[in-house]
Amino acid sequence: MQKKFGGPAIFLDRSDINTDEIIPAKYLTEVTKDALKPYILEDLKLEGFDPKGEKLQNATVVVSRENFGCGSSREHAPWVFEVNDVHTVIAESYARIFRQNMFNGGMLAIELPKGDIDQLIALQGAGDVNVSIDLDAQTVTAAAGGEEKQFSFEISQFDKALVKAGGWVEFADARY
Amino acid sequence: MGKTLAEKIFDAHLKDEPFEGTKVLALDRVLCHEITTPVAIADLEWRGKDRVFDPEKLKVVIDHVTPAKDSKTATQAKILRDWARRHEIPDFFDVGRNDVCHAIFPEKGYIRPGFTVIMGDSHTCTHGAFGAFAAGVGTTDLEVGILKGVCAFREPATICINLTGELPKGVYAKDVILYVIGQLGVNGATDRVVEFRGPVVEQMSMEARMTLCNMAVEAGGTSGVCMPDMTTVEYLWPFIQDEFTSKEAALAEYSKWVSDADAVYDRVVDIDVSSLEPQVTYDYKPDCVKTVAELAGTPVDQIYIGSCTNGRIEDLREAAAVLKGKRIAESVRGIVSPATPKIFQDALGEGIIQIFMDAGFCVTNPTCGACLGMSNGVLAEGEVCASTTNRNFNGRMGKGGMVHLMSPATAAATALTGVITDARTL
Repeated sequence: MQKKFGGPAIFLDRSDINTDEIIPAKYLTEVTKDALKPYILEDLKLEGFDPKGEKLQNATVVVSRENFGCGSSREHAPWVFEVNDVHTVIAESYARIFRQNMFNGGMLAIELPKGDIDQLIALQGAGDVNVSIDLDAQTVTAAAGGEEKQFSFEISQFDKALVKAGGWVEFADARY
Repeated sequence: MGKTLAEKIFDAHLKDEPFEGTKVLALDRVLCHEITTPVAIADLEWRGKDRVFDPEKLKVVIDHVTPAKDSKTATQAKILRDWARRHEIPDFFDVGRNDVCHAIFPEKGYIRPGFTVIMGDSHTCTHGAFGAFAAGVGTTDLEVGILKGVCAFREPATICINLTGELPKGVYAKDVILYVIGQLGVNGATDRVVEFRGPVVEQMSMEARMTLCNMAVEAGGTSGVCMPDMTTVEYLWPFIQDEFTSKEAALAEYSKWVSDADAVYDRVVDIDVSSLEPQVTYDYKPDCVKTVAELAGTPVDQIYIGSCTNGRIEDLREAAAVLKGKRIAESVRGIVSPATPKIFQDALGEGIIQIFMDAGFCVTNPTCGACLGMSNGVLAEGEVCASTTNRNFNGRMGKGGMVHLMSPATAAATALTGVITDARTL
């Protein structure tokens, strides 16, 4: 079953945010996804960011820069987003394993060029940013205050099929 | 038009192409450890699909936290152990026989040229040293691999790192790969295979090639890869001697797993290593690399020698050569983790363990240990570690800690002085 995408966004304006920052290794001893919930982005090195803050609590979309999710293969990183209802990440680029883990779990890792991310981040000036996603039209629409901006994104047919199927296990099980 | 090694492996293993550019490959090896596999096992059980595609092709080890340190890690180990027994997986390595996954699986001869290998561990790229395509994956890919024996990848492009010249004395594979990552950047090889070749690689041992391939992922690479040659055959010979009439026959067979002379690369990076100096990282990204000389004198609190990057016998020999007959500085603590029981025993036999202990090192059992701050050797806030591991991320070895990545020789020299030190200056 396809997940819900879009919603209030939080901006992590830094490149190379790694999976150790998203979910530190000491929590990898958990064997359920739900147990990871309180530890989201606990070790993120970013000026002014509060992992316990209201902004993150409310967010269901994460916007970031280059090479998001680099480092460890731990799917605990997409999972900690998932159990916090963050099903959409929008970034300039991703590390391969993290990106695949998102799609494999039926979630969205949307790539937008730097100029679009700049505009998204600038939109914060108008107020809290709410993002909506149209997967078929492949568009991201961001609204804040009275302002609205729309961006197109590319997604491979395979990744789209995974999102529609609800993930890679569902897709593979039906096919192989 | 010629093909790269990765393209040849993809062609030979292609099972399906559900969409253009998406290649679903048949897998020769699905490797499992206790951190990323238990959730896959639980999900398979929940789906009523607690099956494995081929128990002979699964290789299973408890390595990240071993022996278990608490109830949670004991539970992870138990889930893996019970599953391995339930499915009669013959190659399961439990406490006493276990060790760092990317050290034991090659050591047991499980990885062969031309193989496809996945594991729920980003440093799976290590196994490309044998001329295999070896990729770290998440738990969902692992789960499908366990159940169906397949994994999906994008069409591979390859970056060729052509290493020429002669490696100076006291400069090692670790220095080469740190330099390469510094050149490529942490995402310079994303969605790419990183192929290491040239005369320098041809002269390297399998251990050194594994060190190169191990860190391909730190530049974003999907797999590292080296061309199989007589060094590969010699390493594998105890495991393949019944399959081939001679080493030459094995080499002839494995030689089909090399890139063609006219293969098309995404790009070729030529590096003459003749004037390369020992390298070390600073800051919190593995592409933040300087020469050891530039960081010389930086105080450290802990030295860690081990891991899937540099916990093999050759690494321990290099460190021991620096430490022999000396004591580490009063201000530091040294930890060494031989990566497998065999390496531990070989090191005992060669007197290397004695050298480490005489120098004041703590010798631990084989484990991933301090590298990712999951078990022994965690840093306190504000502490600094000179480490032979592969990641210097913020908090990697403990919240608020700082890790400098370096070769075993540099780590040993740093242990003696208590500050980052070029072993060649001692």
